[in-house]
Amino acid sequence: MPGSDAVMVRTTWREAMRSALREALQADPRVFLMGEDVGRYGGCYAVSRGLLEEFGPERIRDTPLSESAFVGAGIGAALNGMRPIVEVMTVNFSLLALDQIVNNAATLRHMSGGQFAIPLVIRMATGAGRQLAAQHSHSLEGWYAHVPGLKVLCPATLEDARGMLASALADPNPVILFEHVGLYNVEGTLRSDAGAVPIDRAAVRRAGTQLSLIAYGGMIPRALEAAEKLAAQGIDAEVIDLRVLRPLDTATLVASVRKTHRAVIVDEGWRSGSFAAEISARLVEEAFYDLDAPIARVCSAEVPIPYARHMEIAALPQVETIVRAAREVVGTHA
Amino acid sequence: MTAAPSLDDDLARLRGMLRIRRFEERAAELYGAGKIRGFLHLCVGEEAVAVGVMRALTEVDAVVSTYREHGHALARGVPPDRIMAEMFGKAEGCCRGRGGSMHLFDASHRFYGGNAIVAGGLPLATGLALADKMLGRRAVTVCLFGDGAVAEGEFHECMNLAALWRLPVLFLCENNLYAMGTALALTESQVDLCAKARSYDMPADRVDGMDVTAVERAALAAVATVRAGDGPRFLELATYRFRAHSMFDAELYREKREVESWKLRDPIASLSTLMKLGGALDEAGLSALESEVAAELDAAVAFAEAGTLEPVDDLTRDVYATEASDARQ
Repeated sequence: MPGSDAVMVRTTWREAMRSALREALQADPRVFLMGEDVGRYGGCYAVSRGLLEEFGPERIRDTPLSESAFVGAGIGAALNGMRPIVEVMTVNFSLLALDQIVNNAATLRHMSGGQFAIPLVIRMATGAGRQLAAQHSHSLEGWYAHVPGLKVLCPATLEDARGMLASALADPNPVILFEHVGLYNVEGTLRSDAGAVPIDRAAVRRAGTQLSLIAYGGMIPRALEAAEKLAAQGIDAEVIDLRVLRPLDTATLVASVRKTHRAVIVDEGWRSGSFAAEISARLVEEAFYDLDAPIARVCSAEVPIPYARHMEIAALPQVETIVRAAREVVGTHA
Repeated sequence: MTAAPSLDDDLARLRGMLRIRRFEERAAELYGAGKIRGFLHLCVGEEAVAVGVMRALTEVDAVVSTYREHGHALARGVPPDRIMAEMFGKAEGCCRGRGGSMHLFDASHRFYGGNAIVAGGLPLATGLALADKMLGRRAVTVCLFGDGAVAEGEFHECMNLAALWRLPVLFLCENNLYAMGTALALTESQVDLCAKARSYDMPADRVDGMDVTAVERAALAAVATVRAGDGPRFLELATYRFRAHSMFDAELYREKREVESWKLRDPIASLSTLMKLGGALDEAGLSALESEVAAELDAAVAFAEAGTLEPVDDLTRDVYATEASDARQ
């Protein structure tokens, strides 16, 4: 519980993640971090900088570029008494470990009739927006959220960057933690005693009455900015942060839509087969008669994400496209 | 820790191999009778590998296996009635009927499956060994896979990682010459499998996998060095599967003559002949052994037949662990 003497400290999203890693390593000798360039390099996105010096090479393990081997080794180590944190540099590289994640991590407990637990955390960077072109700009959170046996976390706020790791490590299941590359440099304030947060529910980031903007991860800042723009135009939007894609907190979504009667889903994944499609389906299944307008989705264009700046901007959900979609949804019956 | 296994127990070796042979033959019959469904891969002909390897292990050691793993599980001590019930899809099965023939698991014997993805078990074994090393345990993880696995990236990634980190894992390649129906020479530029392991600076040896004593001797020596902290080892066990790849295999890819020539080296017949020549076994002794094995198997089938079906209401259990304390140590 937060203490009364806690103060607000200035920090970045990256530093919040690093604090979470440091705290986890200090708290439990079974916790270790392994992945490509997590040690001497300090992490591709500098999240683990300084941890090698603090915890040594046994617990901060640089691995070969062998995603399947070191993710699978994380599964094996988790089966055998450790609490591994495996960093896969980016979601794009995680495709090389898909076999271990989908065929082993997600299935071993069930296939063995409940004999084993896999307390494993896999961290990876995700998302576009840095002109890294098609192979380094995927948003595949929805793919992983498709698979029973996995838990999928998408921290957006500083509090979640600081607090989700501890909860993920305490969970006896394989948990994938997606870190959007656009969030690492976000600055803000965080309580000095910030710690573990729940990983089974969505959160209302901005209360509103006329429209539910539903988003997760890197799209949260954009949804919030869009909500402010809409407010200036007289439209009161609620922003729901999914936080956890699996298990999905449908109740919070449905409660919001029962109040606002309109929904726009913002998802950086491609529209076809997107996680936004799943959200849309659940709202139709559970809140159909509460809806006053068709559900809208703002997703990435159906194109490999291009390099050129203007094209990349055009391919991704932007504040303006969210505002436009929201105005259409509200305008339909306003 | 149990005492180190000895090399003077031929009767136990013979019993071990016979149990597997008769189990597999019964499984084929039960498949024909519709009692066992799904994919069924039998290891008839490869019994010496299972028995020789498992006799070299102690109870602290871990085993990671493949989809052709009934023999490995039996030799490791997983009870035959629980395995049979598993293949019948019964709640009394070693995995409550959730895994079937290809996914036998038994935590109490540190038997970690039963993996249907070729080479998919190697990263798991590497991780089990990593945990043992980090926790300062003197356990060895044995990882069994077939010759088909050496073409997978996971094989090469794990050879490298295990050697780099000097992990206590023993990689055992059951080379039965065919990846399903494709001969090694048709898929590999280098058919000397030990050369692949050595390229990762890992000691490797080729062993006659039809000779249970040779397998046991090689496994004992390899396990000892791995346990001593000398890093991983690789053994290629040259063996042969007498039956089809699975129940859906017309065996178009190999000559009957080849199969017959390997049957002349049947590991069970070889050992029993040797024992008879040495006066350690006679027809009456062999017949008594057969009866003993048949009785155990009859009991296993009866256990499976009498087993119950898990209620459908339990369908989604065991997808997630619910308690933090549930994480096994």
